Amino acid sequence: MSERSIGKKKSGGVGQLLIPLVALGILLLFNLIRDPGFYSIGVAVNNSGNKVLTGNIVSIIDSASELAIIAMGMTLVTAACGGQDISVGAVGTIAGSIFVKTLKAFPEVTFGTLLLAILACCAVTILFTSFNGTLVSVFKIQPMIATLILFSCGRSIAYWIVGSATPQVDSPIISAMGMTIPGIPIPTPIFGVVLVGLILAAIFRLTTLRLYTESVGVNQGAARLNGINPVGIKMLSFVILGICVAVAGIIGTSRMGQVSHKTLLIDIEMDAILAVAIGGNNLGGGRFKISGSILGAYIIQMLTTTLLAMRVDPVNIKAYKAIVIIVIVMAGSPVVKQKLTALWHRIRFGGAQAAASKGVN
Amino acid sequence: MQDDAVLTMRGICKQFPGTKALNNVDFTLRRGEIHALMGENGAGKSTLIKVLTGVHEKDGGSIHVDGIEGEAHIHSPQDAQNAGISTVYQEITLCPNLTVAENMFIGRTEGQIVHWKDYEKKAAAILNNLGIPARPKQELSSCSLAVQQMVAIARAVDMNCKVLILDEPTSSLDEKEVEMLFGLMRDLKKRGVGIIFVTHFLEQVYAVSDRITVLRNGELVGEYLVQDLPQVELVAKMMGKDLNDMAELEQFGQKSAPGDEMVYEAERLSSSDSRPFNFRIRKGEVNGFTGLLGSGRSESVRAIFGADRVTGGRVKMHGKEVKIAKPHDAMKNGIGYLPEDRKRDGIIADLSVRDNIILAMQVMKGFFKPMRRGEMEQFADEYIKALSIKTASQDTPVGSLSGGNQQKVILARWLLTHPDYLILDEPTRGIDVGTKLEIQKLVLKLAEENMSVTFISSEIEEMLRTCSRLIVMRDRSIVGELTGDELTQAHVMKTIAGGERQ
Repeated sequence: MSERSIGKKKSGGVGQLLIPLVALGILLLFNLIRDPGFYSIGVAVNNSGNKVLTGNIVSIIDSASELAIIAMGMTLVTAACGGQDISVGAVGTIAGSIFVKTLKAFPEVTFGTLLLAILACCAVTILFTSFNGTLVSVFKIQPMIATLILFSCGRSIAYWIVGSATPQVDSPIISAMGMTIPGIPIPTPIFGVVLVGLILAAIFRLTTLRLYTESVGVNQGAARLNGINPVGIKMLSFVILGICVAVAGIIGTSRMGQVSHKTLLIDIEMDAILAVAIGGNNLGGGRFKISGSILGAYIIQMLTTTLLAMRVDPVNIKAYKAIVIIVIVMAGSPVVKQKLTALWHRIRFGGAQAAASKGVN
Repeated sequence: MQDDAVLTMRGICKQFPGTKALNNVDFTLRRGEIHALMGENGAGKSTLIKVLTGVHEKDGGSIHVDGIEGEAHIHSPQDAQNAGISTVYQEITLCPNLTVAENMFIGRTEGQIVHWKDYEKKAAAILNNLGIPARPKQELSSCSLAVQQMVAIARAVDMNCKVLILDEPTSSLDEKEVEMLFGLMRDLKKRGVGIIFVTHFLEQVYAVSDRITVLRNGELVGEYLVQDLPQVELVAKMMGKDLNDMAELEQFGQKSAPGDEMVYEAERLSSSDSRPFNFRIRKGEVNGFTGLLGSGRSESVRAIFGADRVTGGRVKMHGKEVKIAKPHDAMKNGIGYLPEDRKRDGIIADLSVRDNIILAMQVMKGFFKPMRRGEMEQFADEYIKALSIKTASQDTPVGSLSGGNQQKVILARWLLTHPDYLILDEPTRGIDVGTKLEIQKLVLKLAEENMSVTFISSEIEEMLRTCSRLIVMRDRSIVGELTGDELTQAHVMKTIAGGERQ
């Protein structure tokens, strides 16, 4: 523990974000050298006659929206519980089913029914993630095992909710949510990320959630002796994750105009965990940076889009992705970090200082 | 080697990084004797046992075992076993889901094919012989803890052991079961087995042992016949005080004269870890809980703070009845608690010094009232200066500070909440002398400012210097309360050794 903290102290304020920022920088540079046209942004008119921004960058930021939103919630759960929720994809699909089911209950999609559907979604996902939260915080089951239950059966539940079909919703309101609002050329999901990000920022500003979560994550026994309720904080992290999952599910469903239990938010749980890790957050809980996880989400999407642009066979993309991710995760590992810090000190201050800093470690 | 000795350890040394765990320790065990190995936690008892059983390699000294020519070379538990040294640990290390006979013979059957029928017969004979009330085919988990313990002993004895080590064998047994176990021990003794008995129950030592060896801080204090060492002297030896040398301690600072107003009163308060006890403290009073380690002093103050599950009792703060079921209740009622185990219960290692200082205050303010950054920095600065905490900056993770400075951070945390009643459990453990004195002075100063303080320390001088009232505990009960002239080391030790139970 002390090794890690010492490393953190040395790397200073930006420390945690250094690796993801460098990784993103390298990806950007790589694309710039490979094909400067990669960054071109254009304006096109889509099927509904709206002007929309096009280009790889826009597409990256747009398609990473669901991942970024879930990664934010995942960061909190990780920090508080020292484990991850692997059922987010499945629960997000349940959210999509509830969304469609509620909308279909009315003859027409209006802002009223939309609001109702969103609320219903949030209520249901909070119910499901609270189930996970209870297993983790009250029954002290390891998060991976506790959330394995919904990971396995969540998509089936989603399928039953919509009556064993792949129902579609066809409405300008829904396509505005999943794609663009007429008159605004920026894809709507991006606003979803901004909204969730701002809400979380507001929560951190107006409450002591960050301090409590970090305390529980680092040492829950000590946190309890300081009057913090660890069970409550862990539950709260799952409730917030629930809302994030609902938003992601709604965006995903709106994007496709339908809910497909087989493909909606598929594999997003692993990408979300990865985003948290790439963001420099400790998967064992404790101190965290949500901005790191968001950055992580965009790095993952950027990687996918870059590989697609390089005309890598979609079947092979995962393998290439894996290689790059190994490099990023290794670079962020404590061992490499320590070596790099020592190297940096040697270059900057000369041998004596480096030896001294080694002694401290 | 003496004629009747089965085990002779001479000049045993063992060094761990940073500490000398054993320094030139001698130990002799004779045939057919029960020999108690005594000492406070950290005195070196378990290290000595572990050297003897091959868990640790000794750095120096020699071990001779009866029946082995020359020095006995014990490098592994297997070597110890072969030399005839067996250990039965505090936690039973048998397999609860196997039968008694299987447990007795597992791992030492001969040949490829195991005839369990034969072994069951053998087991029955041994059990019968030792008078252990268990059947060979019975599943071990269906036996009481005492019987399981005895089965473990039977297994050890059957392996032809000359030296039997019983490490805290009675800690989870009730009185009747302890008697049963003692019966077995006396029986084995008659058969010539030498038994090393490690326990922290003083009465049990006198009930069953013939001889006592006392260790302190890794050094041998001495070997005594039971009849030559009264209980009170044993306590004195364990603590390292000479009863005849009762020089008055220099008083620094003045002990506060407590007011009349009761700040905290508890009646028959009990928790999952402590027995019911009565306790009260006045405004501006410094009192202490004392007793050997494991006497229940920490558990009692944990019950006051609601740190363990409170199971009963009535509590009053300032004369008004209040309910304290969890730490947050205690904090709201103006109680602060610095826990015994700083690393496990005190610091939040990865968080900054600042976050650690403001934590309790922030929690008391509430979830929806986060402190402003400037406010936090100001408080942190103030207390870093006031307690002269040595840290590179406020942002330094508290885990990278030295032990004494970590302790000061936790002190700062509670002082910041301005409690009416502050509980300090071992605030001076493992920190340097200078900081120790600073903390003691601080306690007296706080009392002058009308704060009530409970101060617990393993070092009796410290308590005598700071406390105006001492509550003495033994075997998880309060056995005495000392004030005024009674506050002397002799009195404290006498009470620990022989005080009446409340």
